[in-house]
Amino acid sequence: MEATVPPIRKIVVDAPPTVVSADARPTNGHVAATEPAPAGPERMGLDGLSVFYDTNEAVKSVSLSIRQGEVLALIGPSGCGKTTLLRALNRLTELTPGARRAGQIILDGQDVDELEVTTLRRRVSMVFQQPNPFPMSIFDNVAYALREQARKRPGRSVVEPLVEDALRRAGLWDEVAEDLDRPALRLSGGQQQRLCIARAIATRPEVLLMDEPCSALDPRSTAVIEKLIGDLRKDLAIVIVTHNMQQARRVGDKVAFMYLGDLVEYGTAEQIFDHPRAQRTRDYVRGDFG
Amino acid sequence: MFERLRQPWSDQRAERMLGALACAVLVTIALMVLFVFKEAWPTLQHNGLVKWIGPGGNVDEQIGRMVNGDEDYHLRAWPLVWATLLTTGLAIALGTIFAVLAAIFIVEFAPDRVRAVLVPVVRLLAAVPSVIYGLIGILVLVPFVGNHIVTPGNKKSVEFVVQITGASLLVAVVILTVMIVPIMVAIIVDALYAVPRGWKEGAVALGVNRWRAMWTVSVRAARPAIIAAAVLASARALGEAIMLSMVSGSVGFAPNPFDGPLFFLEPLRPLASTIVEDAESLQAPAVRSSVYAFALLLLFSSLLLSIAGFLAKQPMKKYGARI
Amino acid sequence: MSVTQPRTLDDLPHGGFGVEPSAGGGGAKKRRSTESISTWRWGDRIAYGMCWVAGISLCVIAAAIVGYMAVRGLQYLKPSLLWQHPSGEVDQSKSGGFLDPILGTVLLTVIGIGLATPIAVGTAVWVVEYGRPSWLARAVESGIEVVAGTPDIVLAIFGLALFQNGLFGWMSFTAEGGAVFGRSFMTAGAMMSLIALPMVYGATREGLQSIPRHMREASYGLGKTRIATIRRVLLPAVRPNISTGAALGMGRIAGDTAIVVILLGASLRLENEGSIPGLNVLKGTGSTLTSYVYNNSPAGEGNAAEKAYAAAFVLLLIVVGLNFAVDLIARRGAKTGLEGTRLGGR
Repeated sequence: MEATVPPIRKIVVDAPPTVVSADARPTNGHVAATEPAPAGPERMGLDGLSVFYDTNEAVKSVSLSIRQGEVLALIGPSGCGKTTLLRALNRLTELTPGARRAGQIILDGQDVDELEVTTLRRRVSMVFQQPNPFPMSIFDNVAYALREQARKRPGRSVVEPLVEDALRRAGLWDEVAEDLDRPALRLSGGQQQRLCIARAIATRPEVLLMDEPCSALDPRSTAVIEKLIGDLRKDLAIVIVTHNMQQARRVGDKVAFMYLGDLVEYGTAEQIFDHPRAQRTRDYVRGDFG
Repeated sequence: MFERLRQPWSDQRAERMLGALACAVLVTIALMVLFVFKEAWPTLQHNGLVKWIGPGGNVDEQIGRMVNGDEDYHLRAWPLVWATLLTTGLAIALGTIFAVLAAIFIVEFAPDRVRAVLVPVVRLLAAVPSVIYGLIGILVLVPFVGNHIVTPGNKKSVEFVVQITGASLLVAVVILTVMIVPIMVAIIVDALYAVPRGWKEGAVALGVNRWRAMWTVSVRAARPAIIAAAVLASARALGEAIMLSMVSGSVGFAPNPFDGPLFFLEPLRPLASTIVEDAESLQAPAVRSSVYAFALLLLFSSLLLSIAGFLAKQPMKKYGARI
Repeated sequence: MSVTQPRTLDDLPHGGFGVEPSAGGGGAKKRRSTESISTWRWGDRIAYGMCWVAGISLCVIAAAIVGYMAVRGLQYLKPSLLWQHPSGEVDQSKSGGFLDPILGTVLLTVIGIGLATPIAVGTAVWVVEYGRPSWLARAVESGIEVVAGTPDIVLAIFGLALFQNGLFGWMSFTAEGGAVFGRSFMTAGAMMSLIALPMVYGATREGLQSIPRHMREASYGLGKTRIATIRRVLLPAVRPNISTGAALGMGRIAGDTAIVVILLGASLRLENEGSIPGLNVLKGTGSTLTSYVYNNSPAGEGNAAEKAYAAAFVLLLIVVGLNFAVDLIARRGAKTGLEGTRLGGR
């Protein structure tokens, strides 16, 4: 039992680029479509990002890299700032009065503050904890972003193939194809969440943010969505916040552990769960606190 | 069964008494409807159940003859019905648009200080009595229209049929719209705030701008409330008697849309105002039963409106909008 | 959604998106505003502009109405008008005040709300706490909604039909031939109670429904009968709601003209009827501020616009004052609403 709380030291491990050899299959039940895909170019970079709610510093100077082909899992106990960090990535923190940011977020070489915020959110999509399909038909939900973002509202024939493609990629096509005009709210919870994923990826974003997407779902739907994430990461960079360590283990390529706003440790899933460097990471991963 | 006997006597008695009270309220309402129908029956009988709503001749003349006790009278109240339809319809159409835009402004675009002012303003406007709206109308707006908008040419062109002063459809619709907007704004604002946060956030997170997110998601979800507000407002507009009798010209004339812009300057008199103005001549039995017939028609219309509103909201349940 | 209770705009939460992030402190960069309109489609920009126009014009209209009434009212209002009786002539512009109309307004409001409140509260209590058989409860609810949606002119005519029947001759003046006049403070007051009824009913019902169940269960658990629970626990808890509803109802009664014109008998001054003191006023006729304004405007016969302005100003003050009282009561009672009860008072 420590007499004093040791200072939190940030340990950032530079992820070795690309290469995982074909026979080094991950042994921790990692969900991958086939082999873990080689990590692609850096899509987003965070440099000393801090987020304040009034005077409370919810995220303290975090630096991270988000690459295409990779799933970055943010883990940590409640209140550690992981959701705030996620929401800062598409500037959704600006919806909260009293929220401020410091530090830089770069998307494909551009500072996110220089972009028009609606453009940013088209390139960085988000899926929420509670499935939130709009009170419209399935088709209208998936087509929503496609229709509203265009300069001129595209006709149904233009939009139809894109909707089908998004639903296929989200693994929902087979279940809904007979009647796309059904109300979206009649779907089950897991189906609704997959619909939200389809809606988010319909416009081919570069980064997909997921805020505890499975916490409101049953285990079977969770398994389906975890597999989906494995499939999706080929084309996207995915950042997923989860409080479920086993999920982070199954799904994440890179894992970042946060505690009270600090980024304590960042590395591959194997490193964080099997060989954690920081004491606090070790305690959390062992289940000493939640 | 034994439980009922075991209950303290006063509880049972209380329930019976309060229940009787509630029933009494119902019975009074039913009584009134019956009485009115009984009073209106002579007109309905004399003129035919539906024919009296139709067109045919100058309704003011017809009422005049009834006042004089003419045995051979007939009533064709179409100009009055048309006037009611016009004023109510136009006011609801304009008012709904105005109210939705204002509600969106309050919920979404208004800076905090403006919003803090606007909320009591809407409440204030809803509370102003109709006679004050009428007073401002008749002492300010009617002379304004009469002196600055109506041209001598206008007056001449319809001289033989009707007099154009400033009291007109235009003033009536403008003031009626202002009267019903506050009621609608209150209901629509509440509905917009009740839209679940998840939908609003979801739309914004998809990169849609504030207006589009509000319009395609929140307003769409609030459609049942907008309909409810419109029904409530139209009941108010239908029954508005005092303000309209002050500003609409008090002439039983049916404004003619084919008159072009002149259409808005023509005077008229809706059903409710006719009731107020003929209230003095109720001794003449023909007038009496006609007035009651008008009231019955108004009641019937507001009932129909409620039913129509209820029916219009049903299809919206399908997609999950809360009713 | 109930049609009876006009929803208020109190307690606005922070709605809407696109809140400007506050700049300042802790080294945070100054941000540009969250969205610039220049990227929007043309249609969206026009809609945005129209929203602003709609919002601002509401403010402008309200300012114009209140401002104009204040200017004219103060111009023509002399304190003596408030306590002088109206002169007997039809042409009011020469002399006389409007004491009788003021008394008429007060009297009608008192009668109306005095009748409406117990009936509305009793009915609401029955519907919420008992409500058996359920078809009857639904019928009562629908009935009150019908009354709420009925225009006041229609209610006035209904009242006339009802009270001109011989059965109700005691409520007003009866001529020698047996014809019942049907117009008096009592009959008008009875109809006024009908227009206030839905407001008090709605407020009471919502108040009762928002009392959590454990409050009632605690009382039953102590062995109290239902009626005792209602009287000692529930009713005190909803007192602010009842007051709000009553104040709203009073505002509506004070501002109503149609019922007055039809049911109060168009006498400028309070004309008593019969010899029993107190009852003779109720059976008699009179006028109120609203009918006074109506009659003195160019639409009526009085043709004294200055008097009309003055009386209208006084009326506006009364109505605004009542609504302000609603605000105060709502704000004070909103805390828990349970301060008046034994359960909440500890």
